[in-house]
Amino acid sequence: MESFLEIFDIYLLEAVVNGILLGGLLALLALGLNLIFGVIDVTWICYAELVMIGMYGMYFLVQYYGISYFLAAPVAIALVAILGALLHFLVIAPLLSGPPINQLLATGGVLFVLQSFATVAFGIDFRNLGIRLPVLAFAEMHFSYARLLAFGAALIGMVVVYLFMTRTYTGTAIRAIAQDRQIMALMGVDTKKIYLITSAVGGALAGLAACLLVLQYDVHPFVGLSFGPITFLICVLGGLGNFVGGFVAAFVFAEIISLGGLFSDLEWGYVLAFVFFIIMMFVRPGGLLARRQ
Amino acid sequence: MIMSPRYAWPIGVALLIALPFVYRDPYHLHILILILIWSFAYTSWSMMGRFGLVSLGHGGFMGVGAYVTALLWNHLGLSPWIGIPIALLCAGTLALLVAYPCFRFRITGHYFALVTLALSGIVLQVITATRDWTGGSLGYTPERTKGSHIVALQFDDKTVWYLIALAVWLAGLLIWHLIDRSMARYAMEAISEDEDAAAAAGVNVTFEKLRITVISALMTALAGALYCQYQMFISPDTVSGIAVSLQMVFAVVVGGIYVALGPTVGAIITLLLAEFLRIFFGTKAVGYDNLVYGVLLVLFIIFLPKGILGSILDRLKGVPVRQTVAKKPA
Amino acid sequence: MLELKSVDAGYGSFQALFGINLDVKAGEAVGVIGPNGAGKTTLMRVISGLIRPTRGTIAMEGTDVVATPAHLIVGLGIAHVPENRRLFPRLTVQDNLKMGAFMPQARAKFADRLEFVFDLFPRMKERRNQMAGTMSGGEQQMCAIGRALMSDPKLLLLDEPSAGLAPVVVQQVFELVKRIRSGGLTVLIVEQNVQQVLKVVDRAYLLEAGTIRASGTAVEMRESDTVKQAYLGV
Repeated sequence: MESFLEIFDIYLLEAVVNGILLGGLLALLALGLNLIFGVIDVTWICYAELVMIGMYGMYFLVQYYGISYFLAAPVAIALVAILGALLHFLVIAPLLSGPPINQLLATGGVLFVLQSFATVAFGIDFRNLGIRLPVLAFAEMHFSYARLLAFGAALIGMVVVYLFMTRTYTGTAIRAIAQDRQIMALMGVDTKKIYLITSAVGGALAGLAACLLVLQYDVHPFVGLSFGPITFLICVLGGLGNFVGGFVAAFVFAEIISLGGLFSDLEWGYVLAFVFFIIMMFVRPGGLLARRQ
Repeated sequence: MIMSPRYAWPIGVALLIALPFVYRDPYHLHILILILIWSFAYTSWSMMGRFGLVSLGHGGFMGVGAYVTALLWNHLGLSPWIGIPIALLCAGTLALLVAYPCFRFRITGHYFALVTLALSGIVLQVITATRDWTGGSLGYTPERTKGSHIVALQFDDKTVWYLIALAVWLAGLLIWHLIDRSMARYAMEAISEDEDAAAAAGVNVTFEKLRITVISALMTALAGALYCQYQMFISPDTVSGIAVSLQMVFAVVVGGIYVALGPTVGAIITLLLAEFLRIFFGTKAVGYDNLVYGVLLVLFIIFLPKGILGSILDRLKGVPVRQTVAKKPA
Repeated sequence: MLELKSVDAGYGSFQALFGINLDVKAGEAVGVIGPNGAGKTTLMRVISGLIRPTRGTIAMEGTDVVATPAHLIVGLGIAHVPENRRLFPRLTVQDNLKMGAFMPQARAKFADRLEFVFDLFPRMKERRNQMAGTMSGGEQQMCAIGRALMSDPKLLLLDEPSAGLAPVVVQQVFELVKRIRSGGLTVLIVEQNVQQVLKVVDRAYLLEAGTIRASGTAVEMRESDTVKQAYLGV
C-alpha cells in the first residue's frame, strides 16, 4: 500500500476519488433531466434552478425552523417534486402540442422567474446550513463526509429510481411511453398522468440533489448556473434520454473537473470539460455510448 | 392612410436621424441608444432564430465582443477600431468551433440549444476565472482616453452615440433584408423544414447553417463591443452568460421572431418595461423586474407564440393567431 | 356486445368514415374486409377511443362510449391489437405483457393472465426476457395479441394481424385467432387477406371508401359476386 501510494501522487489520487464522489451527484442531476426528456420530450432548462429552490428549502427548514437535517430532507424533496409537477401542469402541458422549441424557451422563462424570485425573496447573500461535517482521513488523503454522504445518497437515489422504473407498473409505463406515445391509451394508460408523475419524480431527484449539494456549497440565487450547464453537457454527451450514457458521462466530466481543478480554479475545470465536450462531439457525435455506423 | 413602405422607410429614417438635433433630453436619448444597441443584438439573434436555429449561446458571443475589445484597449492600448475586428474574429472563431461539429453531426433542436446554452455558461466562467485580467464578477471598465476620442471610440456627446447606434441598427436591418432576398433564405427555410430533403435537393446544409451562424455571432459580438464602448462598464452578468442569452430570446419572442422589426419591437417593449419596473420598484427591490420578465416570457410563449408584432400582422392579414394542427393518424 | 350506429369519423377536415352501422354479438367473430384506405384502421381506432367520432353512437354492452377517454375504454373490456403490432421494441416481452395488464382490474389477475398467455404462446415464455423488437414478425404478432389478452378483454380488436408476415406465419396467426375465439372471446378482425379471414369469422362487413357496401355471414360473403370479383380473385 505504501509503495503504491508513493508511485502515485497523493493529491492526484485524492482528486480522482473526489471526482468519483462528484460524479455521483452529477449523475443524479443528469438522471432527472434525462428522465424528463426521455418521457415527455422536453428539456427543463430551469432544472438547476429547481435544485436551487430545494437548497433554499433546506436552508430555511434547518436554519430557520431548526428542523434536523434528516427530517428536513424529505420535506425539501417533496417540495421540489410538487414544484416539478406544477411546472409541468402550468407551463409544459399547455405547450405540448406546440413546437418543441417553445417548451424549451418557456422553461427558460421559468429559470428567470425562479432566479429573480429567489433574489426577491431571499436576497443575494450566500447562505449555508452551518453544518460542518468532519473530514475523513484515509492513507494521508482527506475526504469530506459531506461528499461521501452525498455520493452514497445519490447512488441510493438512483437505485430507487431504477427499481421504480423496472418493478412497478407506472415505471414500466414511463419506459414504454418514450417508445410509443400514441398507443399508450390502448394499454389503459393516461399519458397526462404519467407525464405528471414523471415530472414529480424528476423534481424529487432535483430535490434530493439539493439536499446533498447544500451540505457542500453555499446557496445563492445564481447557484444553479454553476452546475446547470455542466449537467446539460453531460446529458448531450451521454445522449438525451439515455440513462446509462448520462451516468457514464457524469463520471467522465466529474473527473475532468476534479483533475482540472487540481491544477487551477474550479472554473477552469469547467472550461476543460467544455473543451473535452467539443472534442468528443467530433469523435462520438451520437453520444458517448452510440454505436458507430 | 397606410403609407406605402417605399416612402415610409426613408421618411422614418430621416426622422430618426433628425431626432437628436431637435430633442436633447439626455435620459431619453440614453434609453434610445440602449434600445438601438439591443435591437441590433436581438436582430442578430433572430437571423438564426427565424430559421429554427435556437441558440442560447449568444450571451457568449456578446461577452467575447465586449471583453476582448476592452481588454485589448486596456492591456495593449489597441484602439477599438482594431480591437473590435479582433474581437469579432474571436467570436466568429468560437462560433465556428462550436457550431461546426453541431451542424456536421446533425446536433439540432434541444441538443443544439443545450450545447449553446453551455457555451454562454462557459464564457461567463472564463471571464470570472480570469479575474486577474477581467475583474471577474465585479465588472470591468475601459480606461478613459487621454488622447483622441475618435481613436478610443469614446464620446461624451450622446448625439454621437445615438447616430452610431442608429447606423449599426440600420445596418442590421439591411443585412436582414439582404438575407431575406438571397438564395440563402430559401436554403435556410428548406433546411428548417426538413434537413434531409434540403440536402437531397443539393443544399449544402452544414455550410448554409454555418454561414448564418457566423453572421449572427459577428453581429452579436459587435453589439457587445458597442455596448461596452458606450456604457464604459461591463460585467459578466450584463454582457455574457445564460441570462443574457435568454434575455435575447425573450425580447425576440415578445416582438416577433419572423418579422424584420420584431426584435426591435421586442427591445423597445422589454427595455421600457425594465426601465419602468426599475423606477417603479426602486433600487431596494432588486429582482422584481426579472421576475415580471420571466412570467411575461412564459405567458407570451403560451398565448402569443408569434410575438406582438407577428400576431398583429397576422391579424391584419386575417390569419388566426393560434392555428390548431389536426392530429394525423399514426 | 358492440354496436355502432351511423358513425362518422376522420382526421381534421378529412372524413374517413361515413355513417357506419355495425354490430358484434357476444361470442361472435366478425370480420371487416376491404381495400387499403377504405377506413378499416380508422374504424378500429374509433372503437377503441383513439379518435372521437364526429357523429353517431358507439355502445359497448349497452353503454355509450363516445365520450369515454381512450385510456378508460380498455377497462370496459375492449382490447385493441393495433396495426403493425406496435410493441414497445426496447422493453422485454414480459414488460410488454405487463403493460397490457396496466389497468388496475387487470393487475390483480396478472399472474393468471400471464399463465394463460404463456399457455397460448409457449414461445413467449421462452422469450420473456428478450427485447420485443428483436423477435421475428410472427413472434411479435403473438406478443401483441398476448399483450391485448393480458387485460382479460371481452372483445378483441385485431387490426390486420397478417400484415407483413410470411404466408406460413399468416396460417399460424389465423389458427391462433380460431383458438382464441373457441375460448369464448368475441373478436372483431380487420383484414385485407379476405380468403383467410372468411374462414375464421362468422359474419363479415365489406368496407369501401368509408362506407359499408355489403354484409352477411362468412358463407354469404364468400358467395357474393362483388366480394368474389374484387377480393377473391375468382
